[in-house]
Amino acid sequence: MTTTEIAPSLHPAGPLTEAREKMGRRFAYGFLILSIVPILIGYAWLIIATLSIRTEGLLPRNAEGGIGGFTLRNWDFITDSAIWNAMLNSLLIAVAMVIGVGVASTAGGYALSRMKFAGRKGFLSMTLVLHAFKAEMLLIAIFFVLRWLGDIPLIGDYIGFNSVGGVALVMIALELPLGIWLMKGFFDNLPWDMERAALIDGASRFRVWWQIMLPQVRPGLAALSLFTFIAGWNAYLVPFTFTVGTKVANMPVFLSQLISDTAPTNWNQVAAVGLFQMVPLIIFFIFTQELLLNIYAGGSKGT
Amino acid sequence: MTQPSEKEALARAAVGAPGPQRRTLGRRVRSTVSAYGFLGPAMALVFVFFIAPGILLLILSFTDLSSANFNDPWNIIGFANFERLFTDPFFPKILRNTVFYVFTTLILFNLGLALVLALVTTSIPRRTGFFFRLVWLLPRLTPSVVYILMWRRIGQADPYGIYNQLFPEVLGASGGNLFLGGSPWTFVILTNGFIGASFGMIIFTSALESIPKDLLTAAKVDGASMWRIIRDIKLPLIKWPLLFIATYQTLSLLTSFEYILLLTDGGPGLFTTEVWALTAYKRAFASYAGNSQWAFGATWAIVLVTVALLLAAVYVKLFKFNELIEEPRIENL
Repeated sequence: MTTTEIAPSLHPAGPLTEAREKMGRRFAYGFLILSIVPILIGYAWLIIATLSIRTEGLLPRNAEGGIGGFTLRNWDFITDSAIWNAMLNSLLIAVAMVIGVGVASTAGGYALSRMKFAGRKGFLSMTLVLHAFKAEMLLIAIFFVLRWLGDIPLIGDYIGFNSVGGVALVMIALELPLGIWLMKGFFDNLPWDMERAALIDGASRFRVWWQIMLPQVRPGLAALSLFTFIAGWNAYLVPFTFTVGTKVANMPVFLSQLISDTAPTNWNQVAAVGLFQMVPLIIFFIFTQELLLNIYAGGSKGT
Repeated sequence: MTQPSEKEALARAAVGAPGPQRRTLGRRVRSTVSAYGFLGPAMALVFVFFIAPGILLLILSFTDLSSANFNDPWNIIGFANFERLFTDPFFPKILRNTVFYVFTTLILFNLGLALVLALVTTSIPRRTGFFFRLVWLLPRLTPSVVYILMWRRIGQADPYGIYNQLFPEVLGASGGNLFLGGSPWTFVILTNGFIGASFGMIIFTSALESIPKDLLTAAKVDGASMWRIIRDIKLPLIKWPLLFIATYQTLSLLTSFEYILLLTDGGPGLFTTEVWALTAYKRAFASYAGNSQWAFGATWAIVLVTVALLLAAVYVKLFKFNELIEEPRIENL
């Protein structure tokens, strides 16, 4: 009884405010639902289109023009070796990125966080500037770098222009400023005691890094790995610019090759390939929601 | 006479060479050597794919390299490319496009909508707010080619387009292609804005959630309206994140062109939606009739790189300076 008597006094305007709050909440939901409509429509079309002969707007149409026309034929590409080749290339790029960015960033981030050396400040500010700077503008010059790398005897064919390795190297480098900065942030947050004890006992820096520090930044490394995997899996601009033809194409480039300007495009098959390409992303989206929201903010915060 | 090697310096330090000064020097050398060991892979990659291309781009902009003389030695032609750039008949249009695109997207989506989304999703129950933010993350997670494919289907001409089917009357009765016809800019800004808004949204959300609850409760008890709470309490407290997103996203929008390339490729017609970064890319890689003008493309790029570097330097000065100068403590055992 007492609570009901006190409650109104917390709301100076009484029931009026409550009504207004209710309206405000209704307005909030209305706005949010409206805002995600374009996103949901896009996905709805993708799913409907993959399962039908053709679509008009969001409606699946059958041969006579009525509603219907359910088919699984759009998924015939599954038996095509070209798509598995593209998938393998995508996977290679993504995995190479996870490993390359992971190793270079944990090592570099550790040095920048924990060691005092000549040039530290310079390298730190350079990392930060490069992190803010977008590297797309350098692609023109990277084209020539890759051509020269391709002229190196023995390994040139694997890391030069028009090779999966070359694309992976460029992608690793472009993600590095973010990776180093993130990992430095994770190392910064670790306590000093264990590391100091190990150093006093005569352990080498490498051993300290490998045996004591790395296990402690595992969550950070996992977040960075997820981020770089997605970046590698979705990579379009770099592979599109530095590869020619179908052999070295990754999934996004393969998909864009299906969309032709000269021949009629089978949009429903394109939709199916697009959805197929999103399978790992959908899995991440379902199982690592909290982590995803955090890592996409991580670029700025370092933790 | 050989120079004392690093090994010797290390050895001297290891046995505890006489005098404190000597020991510190040895330790500093050892520390620097091993630090560069750790930084080696990162430094090599940064040099090969950032520093060297940056220098190369500058050199290229003073040559006349195109597919016509690709195999010849590079020919330095001075500032001719820059003259050509600033007298290009489409230069004013491209500049206007770039400014319009960057600031409209920034204000409407990357800042505006991001802020509204953060404010609204933090004022409803936690789980629901989280759900909506998660859906907003989807565009960023979707491969660019698939994402643009969806938008192309939304804006497609009758009878395939989704917008034309849902609202047959609204945008004129033509029912034509929207992104390559009636309203290309609307589509360019929407596609980029739906990606851009989520970054600000996440940053603002965490800033808003860290505002002490009693501050807001006190204001409410005093009878402050929602608008007053937002204007006088929330906005001043997230001033820094707002400034951070503004500078960071300006830079992002200025230099990225992937979604425009996929959606309109600068069209319809001549340079309708072509921005500076896309021009640079297309001059170098996708010029008509297979004539790639690398040097001219590099000229467009180097101007943008200069602007981007200046902005990045300002941004670093603004936001990370304190973290930057903090020295690691472990060396002072």
